Amino acid sequence: MPDDKRLMKGNEAIGEAAIRAGCRAYFGYPITPQNELTAYMAKHMLARKRTFIQAESEVSAINMVYGAAATGARSMTSSSSPGISLKQEGISYACGADLPMVIVNVARSGPGLGGISPSQGDYFQSTRGGGHGDYYHLVLAPKSVQEAADLTYEAFDLADRWRMPVMILADGLIGQMMEGVVLPPERDLASLPRKGWAAGHQADTHRPNNHVTSINLVPAELEALNRKRFARYDEIKSSELRFEEVNVEKADLVFVAYGTSARVCLGAMEAAKRAGLELGLFRPISLWPFPHARLAELAAKGKRFLSVEMSMGQMVEDVRLAVEGKAPVDFYGRCGGVVPTEEEVLAEARRLLGK
Amino acid sequence: MTEKTFIAGFGGQGVISLGQLWVYCAMKEGLEVTFFPFYGAEKRGGVARASVIVSDREIASPLVTSPDSSVVMNIDSLPICEEIARPGSAFLVNSSLVKADPKRKDLKVIKIPCNELAESIGDVKIANMVMMGALSKVTGAVKLDKLEAVLRSFFPEAKHKFIPMNMKAIEAGRAAI
Repeated sequence: MPDDKRLMKGNEAIGEAAIRAGCRAYFGYPITPQNELTAYMAKHMLARKRTFIQAESEVSAINMVYGAAATGARSMTSSSSPGISLKQEGISYACGADLPMVIVNVARSGPGLGGISPSQGDYFQSTRGGGHGDYYHLVLAPKSVQEAADLTYEAFDLADRWRMPVMILADGLIGQMMEGVVLPPERDLASLPRKGWAAGHQADTHRPNNHVTSINLVPAELEALNRKRFARYDEIKSSELRFEEVNVEKADLVFVAYGTSARVCLGAMEAAKRAGLELGLFRPISLWPFPHARLAELAAKGKRFLSVEMSMGQMVEDVRLAVEGKAPVDFYGRCGGVVPTEEEVLAEARRLLGK
Repeated sequence: MTEKTFIAGFGGQGVISLGQLWVYCAMKEGLEVTFFPFYGAEKRGGVARASVIVSDREIASPLVTSPDSSVVMNIDSLPICEEIARPGSAFLVNSSLVKADPKRKDLKVIKIPCNELAESIGDVKIANMVMMGALSKVTGAVKLDKLEAVLRSFFPEAKHKFIPMNMKAIEAGRAAI
């Protein structure tokens, strides 16, 4: 075992990874099941003389992140589903102003206030631009505490590289569970990328004003800005696709699942193997951009798919879009905070295969 | 080797600590681990449960739905544990508080009077440590040979005087099997 392997909750590992990535400012508002993250930041950001503010609401917090990001600081907020809904206006503004930031959603069940148990019911909201207007942002979905730390760390780099918010879409189980984690190295703040577009620092530079805004009242200009942004989206779609495949070549049926659901599918696959049945897993890690092309390739090879989600069926729509009717796509989901079991997922696979 | 354990008891019995220490030790012994606690919104008195898995390879689902071993710390947890235990699995019962027998006949029931043993050592609060010693002996999954060092980092310095008592509780649990 590496000496530096620590036993941490997902929420805490996300917080520590953010700090090590050079997060200069965190703004949050409490909500279960992500509270340990806010608590971790309260303790450790202040200890390092960085900014931590518990805002008076989620709306406030996301706008504070907007402000900090506009000055070029690596900044972050986190919440859980109902709180993320409240932040959507701010996320739309940030996308319109091309501001890098990291937003963590440790999702819980809904709709409405719903419950505090894990859910994947926020897939649509996260991947379709949850606020108003034409936009997308990167969405990364970890399956373990280690991956939650690694993706959070990387999210800050991706946000800066692409000048857009990056969302970490975890769920209550990833946030609450403890696993061993080896944390990434601490970044020297002086080594972080310079941002020539950021507001402020004029006394040092004597350069003209940088205006960070999403408003533009001239339709032709706004259209041009949107088209430019969408050209960047095309680049992201070809360069930032992330997914994991397990046993897809041999499999008679391929699960498509992310986050916690993917872990459940891995368990069902082990049990299937013992029963002489070959099942596979295709796990999207980037939910936006979604790895459509690879799924289409697998469909062309004659694979059939079962999308397993902690929702009533959201990602399954992307799977169907990807395979364009060329392969059967079925769905199995639990919702309301219920996590599917390996046994029921395996039973569904067997029912579909008639084995 | 993969050992999936389900632990249940009432809030305050140390169910969560037991689960955390179990996986902490396992991690120090070089194993992969997951620990997932779940409890209600109650401040105290509700049923506390923990899914813990230790394995020599990557762990799939962190949820324990068919446990290889179960730990029943109080009477309210008995039906919850009985419902999901894998047939033939080890079913460790704190017989100080659980006076009823499980209805199922396909379980390897092991009774440990955790509260009495803990009290005889000096404090009923370490009943969970008695149980952890028993769980180690029964499953062999986690040796607990690094426990003393783990306790030193788990507890603040002011509590280190309680470590010898905790170690005695582990031994008592082992000896009760």
